[in-house]
Amino acid sequence: MSASTLPVHSGGRPLKDLKVAAALGARRKRSDGIVRALCFAATALGLIFLVSILFTLAWRGFEAMSLSVFTEVTRPPGSGGGLLNAIIGSLIQTAIGTAIGTPIGMLVGTYLAEYDRGSALGGAVRFVSDVLLSAPSILIGLFVYQILVVPFGGFSGWAGCVALAIIVIPIVVRTTEDMLRLIPNTLREAVIGLGAPKWKMITLVCWRAAASGILTGILLAVARIAGETAPLLFTSLGNLNWSLSLNQPMSSLPVTIYNYAGSAFADWIALAWAGALIITLGVLGLNIGARSLLRSGK
Amino acid sequence: MSGTMAHEQAVGPAGGIPGGVPGGIPAGGGLQARSGAALREARISVRNLDFYYGDHKALKSINLDLPDRQVTGLIGPSGCGKSTLLRILNRMYSLYPGQRAVGEVMLEGRNILDDGMDLNALRARVGMVFQKPTPFPMTIHENIAFGIRLHEKLSRTDMEQRIEWALSRAALWGEVKDRLHTSALGLSGGQQQRLCIARTIAVRPEVILLDEPTSALDPISTLKIEQLIDELKQDFTLAIVTHNMQQAARCADQVAFFYLGELVEVAPAAQLFTKPQKKQTQEYITGRFG
Repeated sequence: MSASTLPVHSGGRPLKDLKVAAALGARRKRSDGIVRALCFAATALGLIFLVSILFTLAWRGFEAMSLSVFTEVTRPPGSGGGLLNAIIGSLIQTAIGTAIGTPIGMLVGTYLAEYDRGSALGGAVRFVSDVLLSAPSILIGLFVYQILVVPFGGFSGWAGCVALAIIVIPIVVRTTEDMLRLIPNTLREAVIGLGAPKWKMITLVCWRAAASGILTGILLAVARIAGETAPLLFTSLGNLNWSLSLNQPMSSLPVTIYNYAGSAFADWIALAWAGALIITLGVLGLNIGARSLLRSGK
Repeated sequence: MSGTMAHEQAVGPAGGIPGGVPGGIPAGGGLQARSGAALREARISVRNLDFYYGDHKALKSINLDLPDRQVTGLIGPSGCGKSTLLRILNRMYSLYPGQRAVGEVMLEGRNILDDGMDLNALRARVGMVFQKPTPFPMTIHENIAFGIRLHEKLSRTDMEQRIEWALSRAALWGEVKDRLHTSALGLSGGQQQRLCIARTIAVRPEVILLDEPTSALDPISTLKIEQLIDELKQDFTLAIVTHNMQQAARCADQVAFFYLGELVEVAPAAQLFTKPQKKQTQEYITGRFG
């Protein structure tokens, strides 16, 4: 039906066929209802699993929780003990991994956002960083095993730190670049217009303008590596004894959970639940912190 | 302050800022320009200047003098090259690959387009204020100190004096003196723009470039900035790009009309707005195009 055949008012306006309009409206309402129902169903399905996981975790975790979890080191099965060495080991490796990975990631992200816009090298770096972001973390563990564990003759805390740092780098690269790109060019021109060299523009103004976003990325990276198991299996290995030496194998919560949860001993399995709850609450806290930081920065 | 008032009253029939609220298209003629003093000798001389964005020639053979301690208004329709010219005068275009200028821009006997030019030193001498306020994400105090620290090592007291001087010159001191150490992002748009002007003059440049400094501001803030421009020209040479012809008439001693990358006409403001020599100028200032 072309426009010329439409029934027309005396005023020249096309007349609506009310029946057709009503039928179309009813059809739209039907499809709207179906799509809405599917969305709700999918959301509910996801939430059911999430709530069920969290509920089980909280239940079994709190059941196993006691002061000795935080004050005693791991012991042979049947003799009690806690997770102190695993908790401290995780804190040390996460802290050092973040401390190594963050500056590298920030500098690469800054290079991509401020020094390199559109060259082939920048494109390649960005691509590799994105690949690394989604690379299976066990590969990173194996890589560090080859370059640090095999040549130096043994598992060590340092190897674990480096593996975690490699996971931190691409996350920080991505957020640093994204946050710097959000800064309007006029702000950069204003700094340059005062006679500032480019490095001062970046370090004194751009980084500050992007600070809350970059910090959020760092916190998310910390949350990610705090729960990583695979990269530590082949690097820091785990240590059932108390050890703060980074040259020795080092214990960590995820690896301890991995070993304990797969064991046949009831007290170890209970400790694994407690450890899982500790990590989950820690990561949850970091995520909430990151979100509120990002919001306060806006 | 009284000296300033006398200065404003001496300016001519327009008497400072006429008409109260700026904006709107003139209904044809009737623009009251300052019939100010004769133009002084040039602080910046532009000679045979061509400018290219890649292959596109955006400015064609421009010749223009910016008279010392007077205001030059650059007017013309969008895309005519007036902002481009401003961005040449402090070499801002050098930030972007593919943009290049050919010709001469003489500042005290030196061609600033020369390869060997120290751009940071040049930008300390030729400051710039942008269309949108660009406060840095730091305190008001740090905003002003930032530019000063780039070029000078001042003692604490000298620094405080310089900051007070700059904020006073920008007519902002009274409003912010009790909150110098709070974030500059908390200021209103008009205050932020005056802060940017204060930041620029704190470096004590010779020339200040203003790229549509009031287009993002409300009428009251616009009025304040225009009064400020009038005071600043006692010490600084100014060039202002504006889309508002009444603003050009109110602020400028000399006005240059650009069209399609060419400088069509440049004359003392009173002359350009009352007796334009070129037909294109006449049509533009009476609102027939642009």
